[in-house]
Amino acid sequence: MKTSRVLVAAAVVVAALAVQLSFLARLPLPGATPDLVLVCVVALGLARGPGFGLVAGFVAGISTDLAPPADHAVGRWAFVLSLVGYAAGLARSETRRSAFVPVIVVAIAAAASVLMYAALGLLVDDPAINWPVVAELLPTAVLYAVVLSPFVVSAVLAMIHRVEPEPVSRS
Amino acid sequence: MNRDTRRTRLLLALLLLTSITLVALDHRGQGKSPLDGLRSIGAAVFGPVERAASAIARPVSSAVDDLSSVGRNTDKAAELGKTNATLRQQLRTSELARNRAAELDALLRTAGAGRYRVVPAQVVAVGAAQSFSWTVTIDAGSRDGIKPDMTVINGDGLVGRVKTVGPTTATVLLAIDPQSAVGVRLEKSMEVGITSGQGAAHHGELSLELLDGQSSVVTGDRLVSFGSRGSTPYVPGVPVGEVVGVQKTVGTLTRIAAVRPYVDFTSLDLVAVVVEPPRTDPRDAVLPPPPARPKPIPTVTVTVTAKPAPTPTKKR
Repeated sequence: MKTSRVLVAAAVVVAALAVQLSFLARLPLPGATPDLVLVCVVALGLARGPGFGLVAGFVAGISTDLAPPADHAVGRWAFVLSLVGYAAGLARSETRRSAFVPVIVVAIAAAASVLMYAALGLLVDDPAINWPVVAELLPTAVLYAVVLSPFVVSAVLAMIHRVEPEPVSRS
Repeated sequence: MNRDTRRTRLLLALLLLTSITLVALDHRGQGKSPLDGLRSIGAAVFGPVERAASAIARPVSSAVDDLSSVGRNTDKAAELGKTNATLRQQLRTSELARNRAAELDALLRTAGAGRYRVVPAQVVAVGAAQSFSWTVTIDAGSRDGIKPDMTVINGDGLVGRVKTVGPTTATVLLAIDPQSAVGVRLEKSMEVGITSGQGAAHHGELSLELLDGQSSVVTGDRLVSFGSRGSTPYVPGVPVGEVVGVQKTVGTLTRIAAVRPYVDFTSLDLVAVVVEPPRTDPRDAVLPPPPARPKPIPTVTVTVTAKPAPTPTKKR
């Protein structure tokens, strides 16, 4: 049971990364690139809680750091996405309250990820970090993530629940 | 794993610490990093994945709107719609092929004019805007003879240089990346300078710093690469861009100008890696012929009509 869940998560992350780099990044969209990997990490966190979200986020982050066009210091996206996956996992119990919770979590995660990644750039004095540009990217980053979220989150949740039905929770 | 336990928090701290350690390790290297081994594993693993994804995405992206218009009515309508979509996609694909042929033509013209030996390649992946590095992956790697620090061009001019190489893919650092600095020369005159990328800021323009503070650079001046020592990372003579604005700087040793690159970095597709530099500097041969200016001629005729003016002064 557990291995199938891990396999599904791994497949989701690799597929999301490939689609993001080879398709979404090349669309002639203004501003940010739709961050499919981020939305998937949020979905995995929402599906199985903070522990699972954390590990999924770390693996997705390391993959993003190492997949070819990446040229930044390895570990930057790993840091950001680990935190995102963990935080999304904490919001899991809230998802039963309203259908809008995943969308709100995705929106916050998108804004936070851009800011955190840029802030980590200061640590390594990345010459490309230019705060006006970061501010310009924020609205589109949030918008694209929110647009992706209804489809992606429900698809990922359905896949995870299919291989491993949710246990009866006590919380 | 499902709930927030002490174990999960410990794991969180551990993974965050690992990430930060990796960042610090990778940064200390600058140029040669202890994590280069990890990077090449990443390239070996994800390179083929990206190549495959790009091959699938190419026709998909052009057919996305066609397929979305296929309705879900009766079976027959769906069938007809599907046939229609397939036909349209075929049409699109042939259009795509024609586009690529034109791109290839331009590329060959550039490579031929500069006598560069090139290996053509296609962009298969692009870095995310929020990663703040302007890099692309191309589908040629060490197996095709690509090595780090080779110049990358396309039909319009300078694209960038090869940064890292995997077995079947390579990462190209674009000229608009803030890490990029290209030695350039003004067309005809021997004035030299350095362009550096500014990322997405300033509409993707390059910043040109001319080493001579007295130089007479004007809007419209065209730039070619100066050529690095040993032609790595940049071979000489590649068109870089056109000056679109000169900053009035007082009391500085250098002059700053804004340069609009010839290459459209938002729609890169077919590129070429220069695997062998030209034997002699092609100078300005690769630049397209300067735009003809027939317009000044009518203004000359205007001055001719002004000639009658002196005759009244004679009478006086």
